[in-house]
Amino acid sequence: MNNLSAWERMEIVHNKNRPTVNDYIPAIFTRFMEFHGDRLFGDDAAIIGGIGFLSDVPVTVIAQVKGKTLDENRRTNFSMPHPEGYRKALRLAKQAEKFHRPVICLVDTPGAYCGIEAEKRGQGEAIAKNLAEFMTLKTPVVSVVLGEGGSGGALALAVCDELAMLSNATYSVISPRGAASILWKDGTKEKEAAELLKITAEDLMRFGVCDKIINEPDGGAQTNPEQAADSIYEYLVDAVSRLKTVPMEQLMENRYNKFRKIGMFTE
Amino acid sequence: MDIEELFKVVKARFTDDSHGSSEKKEKTDVEIPQDLLFKCPRCSGVFYNDEFVNNKKVCPKCNYHARLTWQERLEMTADEGSFIPLDENLRSLNPICFPRYEEKVRKCIDECETNEAIVTGECTIRGYRCVIGIMDSHFMMASMGSVVGEKITRAFEYATKKKLPVIMFTASGGARMQEGIVSLMQMAKTSGAVKLHSDAGGLYIAVMTDPTTGGVTASFASLGDITIAEPKVLIGFAGRRVIQDTIRQRLPDDFQSAEFQQECGFVDMIVERGMMRKRLSNILKLHGFPKEEKGK
Repeated sequence: MNNLSAWERMEIVHNKNRPTVNDYIPAIFTRFMEFHGDRLFGDDAAIIGGIGFLSDVPVTVIAQVKGKTLDENRRTNFSMPHPEGYRKALRLAKQAEKFHRPVICLVDTPGAYCGIEAEKRGQGEAIAKNLAEFMTLKTPVVSVVLGEGGSGGALALAVCDELAMLSNATYSVISPRGAASILWKDGTKEKEAAELLKITAEDLMRFGVCDKIINEPDGGAQTNPEQAADSIYEYLVDAVSRLKTVPMEQLMENRYNKFRKIGMFTE
Repeated sequence: MDIEELFKVVKARFTDDSHGSSEKKEKTDVEIPQDLLFKCPRCSGVFYNDEFVNNKKVCPKCNYHARLTWQERLEMTADEGSFIPLDENLRSLNPICFPRYEEKVRKCIDECETNEAIVTGECTIRGYRCVIGIMDSHFMMASMGSVVGEKITRAFEYATKKKLPVIMFTASGGARMQEGIVSLMQMAKTSGAVKLHSDAGGLYIAVMTDPTTGGVTASFASLGDITIAEPKVLIGFAGRRVIQDTIRQRLPDDFQSAEFQQECGFVDMIVERGMMRKRLSNILKLHGFPKEEKGK
């Protein structure tokens, strides 16, 4: 049971030693090879994609890349993808569908990048397309939020059959700082906003967004990265083997309904 | 009209304020009644409101197509008396117990005469039947929460079942922060419904109006078979200020305009308000939908 507040979890997530996909991918998958480019514009280093074995199952891996050093972060744009990153993700997802490989998405982003070039190349369109196409992608899709799940930039890799979150990960429609500056015209009140927005894994279980919490070692994944990787591995093996047995039509219906039923209103 | 006459009109409005309006507006010496003049947010031109309204709320100088209420949009778009609303009674709850959210929604319901930021229904446009959705930016900047997401999803599901085309007039500030993660999921939900409608062969025309931004741009608004925009409206993903803060540069004035988006390849055509009905009905005709006789 995780008794930490949303803010405390965010601090753990921002720990500079927290494992990233660069640690997890070699620990979880074997014979992983990276594929580059969206075939339309370029290659976005904020998203790694490729294929490898999960246990003995070939899978496609699509992952958002946080850096640990400033240099790494410059290269991966602090894990804020451009449209070409999302389009690469979709290209690889379609490839996975063709070869009947399950897709594993590892989500870790503050959000989709906000900049002139991103707008010019259609950040909105790129995300929208992923939402629509992943919804009917005819192969199992499992997403795991490793650290930050930042709004639409995270959702673009999180239209899936099952969503898991590491126990300290957060997933939110807006960054607490963004919310604080809109709400109280004061970005420094992000601590209050973090609690208000209900962004922890337990909160998201209650809303039916998150299906499984993967426990991190005490104090956070950085205290024992191997153990964290093992827990993710075990979950993924289990999820993929379960989802592979579901008939395709049923899988599609379940995925649609997973999102279809989210909403709170009266009539 | 010269400036003297303008002052006369202003004065007349001020003194005429005794009857009717019980709203307590705090007045200062320089205040001009809000409904007298229209100041264009694009070109800063100032015009008599009557002139602006008679021009379908299009700026006479720069052609900026200003925001409409859902009633105005419906009246300009649908054949008279043809509109049958869908899911009118949906009301949002407060999923993350956001302070004063219910109060804010209630106020918008009173002011906008609709339960939420989108009105959906079935209508004909110059005799062509379709499912229509109209977002009203006066209702919490038409942000997308549970009800907006649910109504759009149902509209597409209804259209899929009835084999009808869908026309969405989009306008939004994005996902509704006040509903937390639940609002983000509406992006996936609506996009899924659009996809199923599309896979079933359905036609979807997105008409982007001022402003189409954020999570709405990043979901159903960008998924039309045909994307139309009104002239000079704002279309984008990230807000202008957010981008300026990120890159620390001033952005060009036309950044994220309809014209900019067309140049970037994301808008099929820019259509003037006065031509919209004709253009929409021609598209429906070109897709083989039958024209219904009046009174049918």
